[in-house]
Amino acid sequence: MRYVEKDELTIAPDFRQEVKAKSQTDIDRCYQCLTCSLGCPVAFAMDYLPHQIVRLVQMGLKQEALSSATIWVCANCEACATRCPNEIDLLALMDALREMALKAGMAKKEKSVTDFHQIFLSNIRQWGKQYELSLIVQLKLKTGDFFSDLGTGLKMLLKGRLKLLPSRLKDTRGVRTLFQKDRKSLA
Amino acid sequence: MTAELRYAYYPGCSLESTARMYDLSVREVCAHLGIALTELPDWNCCGASSGHNTDRRLAHALAGRNLAIAEKTGMDVAVACPACYLQLRTTHKEMNEDDAKRQELAHLLDMPYAGKSDVRHLLDIIYHDIGPEKLKKRVQKPLKGLKLACYYGCYLVRPPAVVGFDDPENPTSMDSLLEAMGAEIKDWCGKVDCCGGGLSLSKRKVATRLVSELADMARSAGAEALVTACPLCHSNLEMRQSGGKEDKLPIFYFTELIGLAMGIAGARSWLKKHLISPLRLLARYGL
Repeated sequence: MRYVEKDELTIAPDFRQEVKAKSQTDIDRCYQCLTCSLGCPVAFAMDYLPHQIVRLVQMGLKQEALSSATIWVCANCEACATRCPNEIDLLALMDALREMALKAGMAKKEKSVTDFHQIFLSNIRQWGKQYELSLIVQLKLKTGDFFSDLGTGLKMLLKGRLKLLPSRLKDTRGVRTLFQKDRKSLA
Repeated sequence: MTAELRYAYYPGCSLESTARMYDLSVREVCAHLGIALTELPDWNCCGASSGHNTDRRLAHALAGRNLAIAEKTGMDVAVACPACYLQLRTTHKEMNEDDAKRQELAHLLDMPYAGKSDVRHLLDIIYHDIGPEKLKKRVQKPLKGLKLACYYGCYLVRPPAVVGFDDPENPTSMDSLLEAMGAEIKDWCGKVDCCGGGLSLSKRKVATRLVSELADMARSAGAEALVTACPLCHSNLEMRQSGGKEDKLPIFYFTELIGLAMGIAGARSWLKKHLISPLRLLARYGL
């Protein structure tokens, strides 16, 4: 968690409305009760807590919200959205912020997570299904972390739990078209 | 148990690889219970978290393609993986609530899509369509003495407005099914806590901390093993559990234990695929 000095801040006046429109959830209802942050299983690894992200958006602090580590550390567990007394869909909020951060080129922290998503989706685009072995190898190449989990990976391979070759769809083109029609996509 | 239980089966990518034993046990158990599963023809990946985290429209398109294919079969969809289940169900729900959105999706898919096929998880199907009472009558080898903590994780219960076949804070469907198979079910407070499965590869330390906390909670509740219905939780709980070989809790799929108790011949071959072998634990109870 970090605190910022007042003169460091730049307010983006339209940001709050943009996020509300994109996420389709009314973040103005938040009265900072902290239910989201207290129940968040990954709060310990975040720079801003979930209720602080909501506050940043309310205040138009675009730079802080979009460049936060929090939006990528979020494990999508839905506990916050389920428990919010004001029925704010925090997952929809996080998704909207993630999408905006990527588009604005502000997703700089937590590169291993954004790399993971990028590889995950490009595999689907290529084969129509996930291909775990390629996902693992590509993630290792990108992060430079070659040695962790090697034993586990080998054990899984020997037990028939990692396919050497990808399974393919008949209609891979059909799936690829979905990516093409959808130009906003990461992959 | 009638032959009327027919579903289009959506295994999801993990069940073709890291969760092979989940797929094998699902198919065998369903066949024995009279649930006819026909694999959804030419299904594609649901996009999982990477889809909706980065592009919600793409996520609906990936899930929607499977739903449109299911509709052609005239059957509801039976899903094994809770992450796929949530993706497919979210799209199904959102498209049914908004005609314009649904038509836009059909146009994007270039397939007719009326939103007819419902999406159900196999735990929901086995619990509601079969139920613990009927299941009990099929037990050949009761899991007597085996102390289990049932772990539901996130997407079987959250968000309740989308999934919600069980209580979001204290679900009991898996507990009832395994109790019917003769196991000793331990009540514990980690049932719906997140294991960090989505971060298992990208943020290993975070996942390791969450998994170790869950294993500690289960152990202090007196459980000797955890039971899950999720391939991502299963891999994560196996891979990221700390401690020596002897200290680690084995992780079962609920269908593996149902199959074992029903005396299905192939059950042992599923269990041999585990990273944390459950065989010694089972031997202790003559299983």
